[in-house]
Formats: sequence, C-alpha cells, structure tokens
Amino acid sequence: MSWIRRNLVIIVGLAVMVYVLLPNLVVIVYSFNKPAGRFNFSFTQFSIDAWTNPCGTPGICDSLGLSLQIGVVASLVATVLGTMVAFALGRHRFRGRAATNLLIFLPMATPEVVMGSSLLTLFIALGVPSGRTTILIAHIMFCLSFVVVTVKARVASLDPRLEEAAADLYAGPVQTFLKVTLPLVAPGIAAGGLLAFSLSFDDYIITNFNASPSSVTFPMYVWGAAQRGVPVQINVIGSVMFLGALAIVAIGQVVSAQRSKAV
Amino acid sequence: MAEAVLQAPRPDGPSAAVRHVRRNWVPYLLLAPGLLWLLIFFAVPTLSLASQSLQTGDIDNGYALTWHWQTYTDALSSYWSQLLRSVIYAGTATVLTLAFGYPLAWFIAHRSGRWKNILLILVIAPFFTSFLIRTLAWQTILGDSGLLVNLTEATHTTFLLDGFKAVLRALGLISNDQLLFSPFAVICGLTYNFLPFMVLPLYANLERLDLRLTEAASDLYASPVQTFRRVIWPLSLPGVVAGTLLTFIPATGDFINSVLLGSTQTTMIGQVIDGQFLRVLDYPTAAALSFVLMALIISIVIFYVRRAGTEELV
Repeated sequence: MSWIRRNLVIIVGLAVMVYVLLPNLVVIVYSFNKPAGRFNFSFTQFSIDAWTNPCGTPGICDSLGLSLQIGVVASLVATVLGTMVAFALGRHRFRGRAATNLLIFLPMATPEVVMGSSLLTLFIALGVPSGRTTILIAHIMFCLSFVVVTVKARVASLDPRLEEAAADLYAGPVQTFLKVTLPLVAPGIAAGGLLAFSLSFDDYIITNFNASPSSVTFPMYVWGAAQRGVPVQINVIGSVMFLGALAIVAIGQVVSAQRSKAV
Repeated sequence: MAEAVLQAPRPDGPSAAVRHVRRNWVPYLLLAPGLLWLLIFFAVPTLSLASQSLQTGDIDNGYALTWHWQTYTDALSSYWSQLLRSVIYAGTATVLTLAFGYPLAWFIAHRSGRWKNILLILVIAPFFTSFLIRTLAWQTILGDSGLLVNLTEATHTTFLLDGFKAVLRALGLISNDQLLFSPFAVICGLTYNFLPFMVLPLYANLERLDLRLTEAASDLYASPVQTFRRVIWPLSLPGVVAGTLLTFIPATGDFINSVLLGSTQTTMIGQVIDGQFLRVLDYPTAAALSFVLMALIISIVIFYVRRAGTEELV
C-alpha cells in the first residue's frame, strides 16, 4: 500500500498516458480490419486491403488533397503575418499595444461556432460565394492568434545582448536580423507554423460554415462518413497521420537535442 | 499613465523626436497586415453578427435592422437548457482535464527521467492527428460490443465494468446499460480531446518549477499535502489558469463530441447554433444564441481570472 502511495504520481501519469493513446491504438488496429457491414465497429478479419488501396473510397483522397492545400497556404500566410505581429509586440513599445493584444486574444476566446457563423453572416451580406477562398480566409483568421502567441513567447525570451554583440562586430541591422535574430526565433516560428497547420487541417466547425458542396475538406468528409458508415481507409489515413506526427516531433526533438549539445 | 508619458514634451530636442517618430513606424508596418486581417475577418463579422441578431425578415425577402430584442428572450427561453448543459459538460471536462493533466504534467516534467522527451512526444502527437477520427474511435471503445466490453469479458473482469456503470448510473451520467450515446461518453470525449490543451501549459509551467523549493518545504516540516497546497499549487497557478481557459472556452462551443458520442438528450448549444444557421436558416436566432454564448463565456472567464488572481494573463 505504501508502495502505491509513494508512486501515486507515476501510476496516475501512466494511466492518463493510456487514456491519451488508446484511441490512436484503436485507429491503427482497426485500419487492418475487414468490416462485415458499413460500420467499422467490431473487428471481424485481419486484412491489409485498405492499406494497399488508401484512395479506394470515392472522394476520400480529393478531400485529403484539399485539406493539405488549404493547410499549407493558410499556415504559411498565418505564420508570416503572425510572426510580423509577434515581432512588433515583442520588440516595440507603441501606442495601441493593449488594444492590439486584445484583438489577438479575442479570437482565441471566441467559440469556433461563433466565429464560423459570424464570418458566414459577413460573406452572405457581401454576397461572396462560399468555397475554397472563404475557407482559406477563415483558416488564416483563426490560426493567426495562435502563431502570434507562440512566436511572441520565443521573441520575448531572446537575449538582447546577442544582437548588441552582433552590432558591435559591425553587422548591419539587416545582417543582424538575418544571421542572429531570425535563427534564434526560428524554432518558435516553426512551432507556430506547425500548430497553424494542424489547426487548419483538423478544423471542422468553422470550415463547415464557410464551405460549399464542392469544397469538401477531410474533416468534412469524415463527418459525413460518420453518418453513412466509416470506410476503413479513414483509419489508414488516421494511422499515417499519427505515425507521421510521431516521426516529425521525434525528429524535431533529436535535432534540437543535438543542436543544444553542439552549442 | 502611459499616454501622459508619451505626450510629455521631450527634453532632447526635435531631431531626437523625429528619429523617435521614424522608429515608431516600424511596429505599425509590422502590425498592419495581420491586424487588418483580424479587423476585417474577425471584428467586422462579429459586429455584423450583432446586427443580424437584431434584424427581422426572412431569407427570401431579405432582412432589415428593426432592433428586435425579443429574438434574444425567445432564443433564451427555447434553448436555456442546452446552454446550461454546455457549461456543465465543459466545466466538468475542464475539472477532469486538470485532475488528469496535473499528475501527467508533473510526471513528465520531474519523474520520467530519460523517458521525458518520448512521453512528451506521445502527448503532443495525438494533437497533430485528426480530432474527428480519434473521436470516432471512442465509439469503437465504448460501444455495446466495443473494446471495453470485449476486454472485460476476455479477462473475466466484467464485474469491474458493472461496478463502474453502477457508479455512473448513480451520478446520472448514463441512463441504462449503455456507455455510448450518454452524458458520460460526451464528457469522456471532451476530456480526452482537450487534455493536451491542459497538459502543455501545465508542463511548461511545472518544468520550470525549482524542486529545491519542495525540499525546503519538507526541511521546514511541511507534509507532502502541505507542500503541495502551500508551495507547488500557488506557483503552478499561471499554468493552471492558462490550461483551464484553453480547455473550457473551446469545449463550451464544441458539438463534435456531443453529436458523435451523445444523443438527443445531450445536445449542446454549438449544435443548436449550427443547426439554426445551416439547416433552419433562422439567422437572427442563431446570431442571438452566438452572442449569448459569447457573453456567457466572457463573463465566466472574467470572474474566474479575477478569482484566480493572475490578472496579467488576459
């Protein structure tokens, strides 16, 4: 009993870890299933059919392609705009700072359903037809704040003496920025960009308000499939995303560990 | 205070002032594109939504602003139960993410040794994979012939599951023998989906916490419980506040969990707003409900942040 009490944190921590990972394991296991009916609920037979033919269900890879496209463009634009705002907030004192901070904070404090519907009201009022462009506009909007917050944290933790040292060594402002400041802030920008991509790629609620029947993103496809019957291919794509994310984060960790060793 | 300083006459002459003004351009140039985007596509739509909530008309003949406040009272009297339910579910899920996330974050930050990075990756990775697919996986886990049932049958531990169900039934979280399509399943899904939003800020906070403080506390004869209450908890408060806000706000508006894991008895307000906008096409009611939801969340957040006492956060 005292052993349990001493290791309570470890036991609870590991139990929560199981809770976090269980659905991912289920997704992987059921990607090798051959379901008997429309729904992939009970494991009937082992099969690699879905893995050899991931686009086997109509529409699934088109939606995936659209989501990737939107994710890349939206996260790029949001990262550039957000990084600029983060530098302004992290580096400069100016009038209207408090108002700017509020404008950055509000989208994060607004429920997605409110943002999606308000944007739809605007598009209806302006007569803008829904589609790819409106989805992009919405995604850039809700990713922006998260990029600002992520990059700002990195900018704020920057040691100003490093830039002063560069100036002492006769580096111009542009050189200092490109050779000193930017590489130091880069991990924050990368983290912000990745976060923006995953937010955009995963969004259903806002997207559904601003999409047209011809612009079905991957989450919209999954949502529709949840009502009609989920094809095994969805589990395959989910597994690939999980393993891919593991790989990307793991590589990032190794690289940053080696870098800190080198320094 | 800050404005008075800015407007005070400068002792260092006009050339310094000119230089000052020129340097002051830089932040505005950096801000302009991002802020314009948020103004046009966040602030203006929010105002347009406010106007929509006070309009009358219909989709065929157009709408006119008639300051019809009754939409609000009608919407509230029809949907107050869904609104209340959303706050209760999201609040419960937030408390649970804190209860689960705190030990996990502490464990990763201070007790996992060389496993630290691997565990952190395992917490972050699900964050980057599809939210919807993982929520659907809970159908497979909790379903009537699902994983949980099969697992307990295979290991002859059905009595554990039955005991758990009895507790849930006593709490009113399931109404019959079914785990899925119940308030329990919805709260379970919400807790699961928003756990990383709690763990990451908590981890960032707890990792910086100096363990020598806990040693000092125990040197001064504080029990572990006292050490936690008087030393660790107050120091981790910024992480707790950030995590609870990041969890509670999106969870209140979420309807993915209540649709996929719940039933008609578990409808949350997001689902109502979504339906009013996209299916019923009653824009004023949907807009009014959106505003009520926003006002409710903002007032809860302000009350909470005041009470928690970390005002620099907002």
